[in-house]
Amino acid sequence: MRQSELSYRHIDWVIVICYLLLTFFGWINIYASSFSEEASGMLNLGTKAGMQFIWISISIGVACALIFFINPRWYLSTTWLLYLGVLILLVGVLVFGKEVNGSKSWFSLGSVSFQPSELSKITTSLGLATVMSHYNFKINRWHDLLKVLLILGIPAGLIILEPEMGTILVYVGFLFVLYREGLTGWIIFFLGLVILLFILTLKFSPFVSMLVLLGIFGLLRGGQARQPLICIPGYLIAIVLLAFLPRLITLPWLAPLAEMGSDLLMALLLSAFCLYWIVRLIRRKEKKMKWFVGGLIASLILIFCVEFIFDKVLQPHHQARIENLLGIRDDPHGIGYNVNQSMIAIGSGGFSGKGFLEGTQTKFKFVPEQSTDFIFCTVGEEWGFLGSFGLLAVFFILITRLLITAERQKEASIRIYGYCVAAIFFMHILINIGMTIGLMPVIGIPLPLISYGGSSLLAFTVLLFMYVRMDLERWRR
Amino acid sequence: MGKDLYKQRLLILGMMIFFSIILIRLFNIQILDTQYKVNAENNALRYIAKYPVRGRILDRNGRVLVDNAYSYDIIVTPYDVKPFDTLALCRIFDLNPEDVHATFAEYRRYRSRIGFQSKTFLKQVTQDQYSHFLEMSHHFPGFTAVPRTIRSYPYNAGGNLLGYVSEVDASYLKKHPEYQSGDYAGKTGLELVCEEQLRGEKGYNIFLRNVHNRIQDSYSNGEFDKAAVPGEDVITTIDAELQQYGEYLMQNKVGSIVAIEPTTGEILSMVSSPGIHVSILAEIGKHYGKISSDPLKPMFNRAVMSPQPPGSVFKLVNALIGLEDGVVKTTSKHGCYDGFRASGIRVGCHTHPTPLDFRQSIMMSCNAYYCELFRDILHNPAHDSIQAAFTHWREMVQSFGFGKKLGSDFPAEQAGYVPNTALYNRTYGKRGWSALSVISLSIGQGELGCTPLHLANLGAILANRGHYFIPHIIKPENPEDLDPKYREAIHTLINPVHFEPVIEGMHMAVNSPPGSGATGRLAATKDLDVCGKTGTAQNPHGDDHSVFVCFAPKDNPRIAVAVYMENAGAGGSWAAPTAGLMVEKYLNDTISKSKKWIEDRIVEANLLNKVKAQK
Repeated sequence: MRQSELSYRHIDWVIVICYLLLTFFGWINIYASSFSEEASGMLNLGTKAGMQFIWISISIGVACALIFFINPRWYLSTTWLLYLGVLILLVGVLVFGKEVNGSKSWFSLGSVSFQPSELSKITTSLGLATVMSHYNFKINRWHDLLKVLLILGIPAGLIILEPEMGTILVYVGFLFVLYREGLTGWIIFFLGLVILLFILTLKFSPFVSMLVLLGIFGLLRGGQARQPLICIPGYLIAIVLLAFLPRLITLPWLAPLAEMGSDLLMALLLSAFCLYWIVRLIRRKEKKMKWFVGGLIASLILIFCVEFIFDKVLQPHHQARIENLLGIRDDPHGIGYNVNQSMIAIGSGGFSGKGFLEGTQTKFKFVPEQSTDFIFCTVGEEWGFLGSFGLLAVFFILITRLLITAERQKEASIRIYGYCVAAIFFMHILINIGMTIGLMPVIGIPLPLISYGGSSLLAFTVLLFMYVRMDLERWRR
Repeated sequence: MGKDLYKQRLLILGMMIFFSIILIRLFNIQILDTQYKVNAENNALRYIAKYPVRGRILDRNGRVLVDNAYSYDIIVTPYDVKPFDTLALCRIFDLNPEDVHATFAEYRRYRSRIGFQSKTFLKQVTQDQYSHFLEMSHHFPGFTAVPRTIRSYPYNAGGNLLGYVSEVDASYLKKHPEYQSGDYAGKTGLELVCEEQLRGEKGYNIFLRNVHNRIQDSYSNGEFDKAAVPGEDVITTIDAELQQYGEYLMQNKVGSIVAIEPTTGEILSMVSSPGIHVSILAEIGKHYGKISSDPLKPMFNRAVMSPQPPGSVFKLVNALIGLEDGVVKTTSKHGCYDGFRASGIRVGCHTHPTPLDFRQSIMMSCNAYYCELFRDILHNPAHDSIQAAFTHWREMVQSFGFGKKLGSDFPAEQAGYVPNTALYNRTYGKRGWSALSVISLSIGQGELGCTPLHLANLGAILANRGHYFIPHIIKPENPEDLDPKYREAIHTLINPVHFEPVIEGMHMAVNSPPGSGATGRLAATKDLDVCGKTGTAQNPHGDDHSVFVCFAPKDNPRIAVAVYMENAGAGGSWAAPTAGLMVEKYLNDTISKSKKWIEDRIVEANLLNKVKAQK
């Protein structure tokens, strides 16, 4: 079948303009962050800004090629070949890779180095788009879900081996795509609950965590019950009473209980509660509550595994970063140094910033990795709240535009790919900016299109412009 | 609205929530929170470490063994250094101008890495140099003096015991990531054992500095500064006076003294000679080369690290085993005609009256008596083979703590050696040996190895009539914090009733009248009822080692002492008087006039040549 004419008139200018704005803004911030009196000039090839200019030119060239010369069918039909190729690279980097900051994730070819995990985001997106757009695909069927989990799990597993925490977290973002394609939202809810309980247990105690868990369960149960107005206050009263448990067991005539400690006591009470629900579920058939009770039991087990996971599974530097983030251990000289300096830089920017090249925090190299992972410090310091707001707004427009156009696609595969691109951008922005302002643990991950680094810029360009090209397909007459 | 569109809206809403959280946080730190309101003038924080004062080390009576004194480091911030008079600086600190130039060349080479940081230029300058520098400091911008504490030692006692503190090096940092370069840590002795308790916790002052890197002001009025937490004091069981006195006695001799309080197992003093003089401990780095090349190995703590044959003091152990096994009675007499002879073997003995009974055998240390006794232990018909008998004997010996680490809290304790049947089976063949083959064990020679700590512990066992407490050196402020293993009495396999006759023999050995043949008379001290046993350990390196184990008083003993002097000669002539003086010093606090001549004789003796001669 001969394809109808492609009309470049309909190219999505919003995305293209956002892209150009971001890369340009990134470039001037890299210039500012690596500015020194000796080597000035934005196009000086000896400087980072000069190098970035070259990479931006290359990227724009690649973007044009993707739009004008490369037919999406080429990469959509060879998705599995590309996917396999990247897997080989991921294995290869474990063997031949260069170790940087304890993770083996970089290939180094002369002066150029790149991370295969950046490519894996693209091929995984393509893989998801191909599999999930199959006419017979239903995500809530076990074997279909298994396929999806394999596509995500194999590269993710290899990346864990490197280990490269940032990319793993980006992979978590694919959950949003699965959600759009029919996966139950409870998965995301449960994931949020797990993170919440993890933080509460670490920061306070298993006891507090269990109280909160009971509260959430109470609310869910209330929403489910026939008489929520009786049910919810009932749970609330129970929680308030239980909150006095640690105080209560200090009473002399409850001394034998005190030896067990409030954590264990609470766990026993909740176990009894779970048992009650299990018996009740066997007797009556309350289908939805089955999941709630299952979740409750799983969460309970999780709370008591937190310490083990934290001590045994996480590496010491991750432990330190999380402890610092949660304020469990304050160490502004050691682990907390980066974040503290980064927040000072951003905070000193004030409302309108110190102005281009006027930033002193970043210029004096107090902030490490200032042109790559901590580039947002320069934005915050020199452009202030206004600049940061503007940058976030452009990102917001870009992602929203991706979601809106994706929803309009005729072909499911393009829609899914669009969602993947949006999810990847979103996770990068959230983690990177979150880290510089102390909302997330320090994880090395670039700010898309802004951070210094040719291979990262190129990867995001390819990711984005493959979608821009695919998007044109819906205008075929 | 379709379900898909609803989900898309929900995702956009979720994203808006996350972006809003970021914006709220940004609004907070950029506009509301003053903590980050650092303007362009003073914009950067500088952390200056505050070093904690290291804990002191005290003796059992609260006397300070290790204290802290101030010293000064000279710090330089290369970025701030203006051209200065190198020669003037060299004059102050007695430096070589070329070295200074080389140092600054290095700073220049690494200037991008150093940035605005400071470097330690000189460590521990003297008080004079410090005050001289203060007068001149305006000539040297970029240089500052930072006070820092170093160790000081009010008593000249326990150099080896206390150990030293030095700056951590790269290999140490690798093993202990919680330290930072520039920190100090205990490397040997008590400084090492109690490092965690002594070191305290570092703090910091936060200062603001302006664009020109001048320190401007304290950040937020010091609200975020952290005070250094001083280290805790460590209380030891050592008696400072006794330790000092022991080292005084042992000058110019090779060997060691260990004194234990029998009722608790607390180590009262632990002398190893030659040792490290406390005056060089604080700056051990400067003397390290000399110390480590000394053939007499002053770093080597002989008291716990040097197993040697115990000699005749070991007869006490065999005597007790003999009584326990019933092969000897306190009335048993053996003749001795210049030694012991059997099937071509002869063990010589010194001249003394004959025959001797059990108590006299200890008093006069008769070799023949113990050869007979030992043969009776190993040829006891109760055992069906020499191996069984020997294993039984070995178990008995080990119950005194010999041949194993006692488990003290002191590092590098050695286990010593008690031979087993496998050794002799290998040497002589399974059927090829008898008590006569190993007869030298009867008098504490042969394949035995005991550290002076083991021997002092033997003294404590005798003092306690059959049990000991693991010797230890750290004494928690609250007795309940003491590790339970140090509070538990460990019993030997000997029935306590057998100790009395042995102790009487020891009492006679020290307190018998002149001319009676008693070997330990030089340890005698009026009214103190010292009970002791001499040993003269033959060795292939030269003159005999002089050994003495004792405790005092006889009833309710308060101190057990072991003295081991290498190549000094007979136990009765060197080790015994030394031990007697230690006992007197501890129990009476002073040395009586009548014994002054003994003290002088010991102190003045230089026995180093005897050791060196054979090296």
